[in-house]
Amino acid sequence: MTALTHFRTPLLQTPFHARTAAANVLNRWGPWGGYMTALCFGDADMEYTAIRNGASVYDLCPMVKYRITGRDAAGYLNRLTLRDAGRLSVGGVQYTGWTDDDGKLLDDGTLFRHGPEDYLICCQERHLPWFLASAEGFEVEVAEVTEEIAALSLQGPCSATVLQAAGFDVFALKPFRMARFPFAGGEITVSRTGFTGDLGYELWMEPGQALPLWDHLMQAGAPWGIRPIGTDALNLARIEAGFIIANMDFIPAHQALREDRARSPLELGLGWMIDWDKGPFTGRRALLAEKEKGSDWVLVGLDIPGNVSAEGSILYYDKRAEAGIVTAAAWSPALKANVAIAQVKARHATGENLWVEIYALRELQYAKLMVPVTVAERPFFNPARKRATPPGRV
Amino acid sequence: MTYDAVIVGAGHNGLVTACYLARAGMNVCVVEKNDWIGGAAVSRELFPGFTYSNCSYVSSLFRPEIMRDLELPKHGLQILPYEGGAVFQEGGGYLGMFRDHDANRREFARHSKRDAEAYDIYARDVLRFCRFIRPMLMRTPPDPSSFRPRDLAELMWLGKQMGALSERTRARMVQFWTMSIADFLDEYFESPVIKGYLAVSAIIGTALGPMSPGSAYVLLHHYMGDVDGNVGAWGFARGGMGAITKALTASLRAAGGEVRVGQGVEKILVRGGRAMGVVLANGDEVRGRRVISNMDVKRTFLKHVDEAELPGDFVKRVKAFKIRGSSGKLNIALDSAPVFPALPEGAPNLKGDLHFTDSIEKMERAYDDWKSGHFSRDPFQDVMIPTMIDPTMTPPGKHFMSSFVQYAPPKIEGRDWTDADRDAFRDTCLDQIEAYSPGFKDRVLHVEVRTPRELEAEVGLTEGNIFQGELTFDQLLFNRPVPGYAQYRSPIRDLWICGSSTHPGGGVMGAPGRNAAAEVLREAGIKGGMRDAYAVL
Repeated sequence: MTALTHFRTPLLQTPFHARTAAANVLNRWGPWGGYMTALCFGDADMEYTAIRNGASVYDLCPMVKYRITGRDAAGYLNRLTLRDAGRLSVGGVQYTGWTDDDGKLLDDGTLFRHGPEDYLICCQERHLPWFLASAEGFEVEVAEVTEEIAALSLQGPCSATVLQAAGFDVFALKPFRMARFPFAGGEITVSRTGFTGDLGYELWMEPGQALPLWDHLMQAGAPWGIRPIGTDALNLARIEAGFIIANMDFIPAHQALREDRARSPLELGLGWMIDWDKGPFTGRRALLAEKEKGSDWVLVGLDIPGNVSAEGSILYYDKRAEAGIVTAAAWSPALKANVAIAQVKARHATGENLWVEIYALRELQYAKLMVPVTVAERPFFNPARKRATPPGRV
Repeated sequence: MTYDAVIVGAGHNGLVTACYLARAGMNVCVVEKNDWIGGAAVSRELFPGFTYSNCSYVSSLFRPEIMRDLELPKHGLQILPYEGGAVFQEGGGYLGMFRDHDANRREFARHSKRDAEAYDIYARDVLRFCRFIRPMLMRTPPDPSSFRPRDLAELMWLGKQMGALSERTRARMVQFWTMSIADFLDEYFESPVIKGYLAVSAIIGTALGPMSPGSAYVLLHHYMGDVDGNVGAWGFARGGMGAITKALTASLRAAGGEVRVGQGVEKILVRGGRAMGVVLANGDEVRGRRVISNMDVKRTFLKHVDEAELPGDFVKRVKAFKIRGSSGKLNIALDSAPVFPALPEGAPNLKGDLHFTDSIEKMERAYDDWKSGHFSRDPFQDVMIPTMIDPTMTPPGKHFMSSFVQYAPPKIEGRDWTDADRDAFRDTCLDQIEAYSPGFKDRVLHVEVRTPRELEAEVGLTEGNIFQGELTFDQLLFNRPVPGYAQYRSPIRDLWICGSSTHPGGGVMGAPGRNAAAEVLREAGIKGGMRDAYAVL
């Protein structure tokens, strides 16, 4: 047990820090899961443009990671999570979620199957006590491995081309599949996954490979304008993609101080994840009851008139009765639309007679807007290039 | 002259009551037996140039509504949040506490990765219970046997608070109120040192061990305060804990109230079943339309009121009130800053609470000694060095160290404490610190040692109990101090109680004093300038 000096580095640096620090000409950092993370490197608009036009890299290391291994790994994950982890084939990736006994969402995340008895969960929040408690009776090992794996997201319409130029031919790789490639005397894993709603990949490696890989990618990707992006740009892309984030669009049940703030997957638009037929899983009984009785809340995508972003705004039915809250919103450059993600009371799921009250601060005076909204399908931005296999060469 | 109210004892609650009454236009006088003001919230200079926090030593519970109502910041009160904390382990290790959430998680992870990730859900659960309890602090408990509209309304309000919780949380909370802190922590954590650190708040001031049922609630009592909205955080009063009673006294005088020091109350005058005033030790009488006692319930009724004036059952209940002393205190003047080699250089941990008890088992063994009538041979010490943060208490470079020590019984094997016992107690504590801070004893300039004997004799706390009565569930809410008398009244008309023996209990909180004043004013038909408790949003 070494005596660490946390007070000198309250925020950890990721394995990419030497490069991200050099690129962060604004020195705009924020905390994410105990790490220093770049909010913006130099120009958030140009960083966003790289996601939709060329190629972007985003340092994913702070994502929390758990390795699940052992004979009962699939059975364990079937108990823990909502989807059927047994049907996920080796080399596949699942976007999934897990709930408490009351069927309230604890987190969502991606599940990678590296081998018949070898999975990796990648998520936003920390769950080790819960994962260990759920392992009772299963022959399975649960290990927290966040610091053992470095991850870099490479996203954008040119990302496959950049990877090929870097010597990683991913053209045959379908969405939610992964492949291994030799690199620098070892191996890296590339998965066709991402959080931008665009063509994109995530690269998984040992921390020691982080800097060589960064340098290699930046060099190979230069003709396609590859650039590091910060959280601000990524957040805009993820809103366009309609993705939700723990503690922004929902409160994880284990953190909700106010009991009524927890939400079920059904209430968060994740009902499609639930595999009712796979056998028992945590939360099943509560979720079945909710399915029969109906949910209290629903997560909706919204199209909002005008061009003022509605972040944090209150939604009203008939301009009077509070009906919900906007959890994320942005003017979408890709869609030329004003979009939002919102939690509303279930009876307003259709959006009929639903209004949003927006306070726009303009030179120390609020312009107060009350505008009608319409429910829009998520993902708001859903280009064919995201799914095309092989992806287009650029 | 006859005062509207005579308040017995210039502790923080007596002063809070006096301030509210004076501000509402009453003519009040506080009488205090010591030559100084403050009760157990006191700063004294017992060694030249060094200010001690002689009794209570940290602040969190003191209600911000009271500070604001009584304009205490204007009268000099400042609360400084503290920064760190550490438990030193046998064998040279340590567990550090940090204000930064992630630094703290990583520190916990050094001891257990699982515990590091369990802390958030533990904190969520305890905060849920705090959110339930906090609105009750500034309300008079209802009398469940009464049919008066106010009591019924208050009981309904309590029921509504309960009803607002889910079945699961309600069940969990009832468990929490009744279980031991050891059992409670076992449900979240595995690391002995982490559990040892977290259990501290459950035993402080209480004659319970961490394995005693009921100890978990005591933890809540220490968590439900805040420093500027930071719930559960603790801080120092700048200038020592006496700064709180100094500010209260200044506020009282500004409102026209009086404080008389140096003469204690011999007897509370009762005529025809009504309190008329007090007789002081020197024979002087101070007359008042009402007498409000800041003394604990035993001292008030068993020592200063004729038993003949009181109903027999009441006397029996007061005698049965649990007020067992469990702690002692060392106040130490240091020539220079102590060094704890286990901690890395520059660590902020010394700017907080320091412990040397690295497991619940050790804490329980310390309690075993108390049960057999001896002070703990390997005691639990809650050590603070306020001068790491507060520059006003000592000359530059010198330090004041406060050590709260558990356990120390009110009597040693059934007999009174002797000076030799006291010195042995002191040496046991100093030796323990020296074991983790070599050279510590050479830095010591002066030590004030306070066993339960001194706490009772000087401060007037029966048996040396710092909370004026234990904070076990059988002695809370409408059962504090005695069923039927939880509304700050007594069987004698115009004799009131306002100290920590009453709801919501001990700690430098001020809520008992404020609630007592509210009742006095309500009965007198005077509207007091008293804000409601801040909403718990």
